[in-house]
Amino acid sequence: MIEVFQNLFWILIFPGFVFTLVVGLLASWIVRKVSALVQWRVGPPLCQPFYDVLKLLGKEILIPQDAQRAVFVSAPLVGMAGVLLLSTMLWRITITQSAFVGDIIVAIYLMVLPSLALILGSSASASPHAAIGTSREMKLVLGYELPLVLAFIVVVIKSGGQLSLAAIAQQTPVLSISGFLAFFISLLCIQAKLGFVPFDIAESETEVASGIIIEYSGALLAVWKIMQALMLVALPLFLVMVFLGGFGTAGRPLVWGIGKYVLVLVVLILIKNTNPRVRIDQAMKFFWVYCGLLLAIAVILATFGNYYGISWL
Amino acid sequence: MSWRMWALKKSVWVFHVNLGACNNCDIEIVNLLTPRYDVERFGIKLVGSPRHADALLVTGVGTRQAIIRFRQVYSQTPKPCVVFLMGACACGTGIFHAGYHVEGPIDKILREMDPNAIIAYVPGCPPKPEAMISGVVKTLSAI
Repeated sequence: MIEVFQNLFWILIFPGFVFTLVVGLLASWIVRKVSALVQWRVGPPLCQPFYDVLKLLGKEILIPQDAQRAVFVSAPLVGMAGVLLLSTMLWRITITQSAFVGDIIVAIYLMVLPSLALILGSSASASPHAAIGTSREMKLVLGYELPLVLAFIVVVIKSGGQLSLAAIAQQTPVLSISGFLAFFISLLCIQAKLGFVPFDIAESETEVASGIIIEYSGALLAVWKIMQALMLVALPLFLVMVFLGGFGTAGRPLVWGIGKYVLVLVVLILIKNTNPRVRIDQAMKFFWVYCGLLLAIAVILATFGNYYGISWL
Repeated sequence: MSWRMWALKKSVWVFHVNLGACNNCDIEIVNLLTPRYDVERFGIKLVGSPRHADALLVTGVGTRQAIIRFRQVYSQTPKPCVVFLMGACACGTGIFHAGYHVEGPIDKILREMDPNAIIAYVPGCPPKPEAMISGVVKTLSAI
């Protein structure tokens, strides 16, 4: 019984929902503030993301007449649950170092869940704009999943076949050539996963009027916003653990880990603010041809380096 | 004051509805959303779908064709929401008041649809962005 309560506490309060939500809303404030500074503006106040979510929770929920109600309502919850599980898992591994073999594979599966939920929810909403958004999101998922998994394969090879995140987080693959290539490309894949600008094709506001989430309003839209805030914590944290040697390893102060996280976040924001949106065919070509080719080279380099014991390869 | 209205005042997402305007007010609204005036300081953000909006920025006189769409857009906006009538035409049909294509003053049509609608008027031809900000601030402090 005690264990059940402890697990609930893990998931709902401390490293789970409440904590990650607060950190995620702060992170989305950083996104908006840094974007504002890049555009020579003042930007929103610190509590703006909290106000936004609170306001959306208090608004009326409209469900389109032709929508598939059950899927339409449950899709945001499924997506949020997936990211919540992912972030709880990552924080728990960071704090207690208690990992199980193969958790990197579980994490990769959980990372697909929000995109899948978005596809389900938007295709259930019976709107032509959402249909365009759905098809774009599906193509985008097909595009970036391949390089993302290849990038993690590079890390697994570099670490000598380790499949547990706690073991992978002990080393810094980014300091080698293949590891740096993999880090750079997985940064771009995370950009696409978060729906940030060069790859925000699925919810491009100017062409398809925020496409995939066009029909959502009120509390359901708030759940999507909360999901995006949680992803803003979980995905950069995952990159930090896989490529940059973990969040708070022994002997280093906590500031070191927070610094790594903020560094990844700011790089993502700067990419977001300095690039125009690409078309879906350009994004597919970019991910499959260019990123795929670079990562194939990185896999070969990592294999050679591992075989002959050259760590900088 | 309920927490809903308090949160609404802190973060107003606007959707721009053109009901047959001459584009003058629309240019001023676009001007309002540029970095020079930076309304994101007050939590105001332009959104692409009326379902995400808390405020409708209505410009134009309300032509017979456009008023049908306006009824749809208003019913698609989740309540509570505020309707801002920007410019002389939207406030009271302006110089087009006897035009064959004019359906009527927008506020009258809105009251017929929803007697409890929150309507704010920002007159001018076109109103300056400063006047729009002033109108929004006065409305938000009044409700």
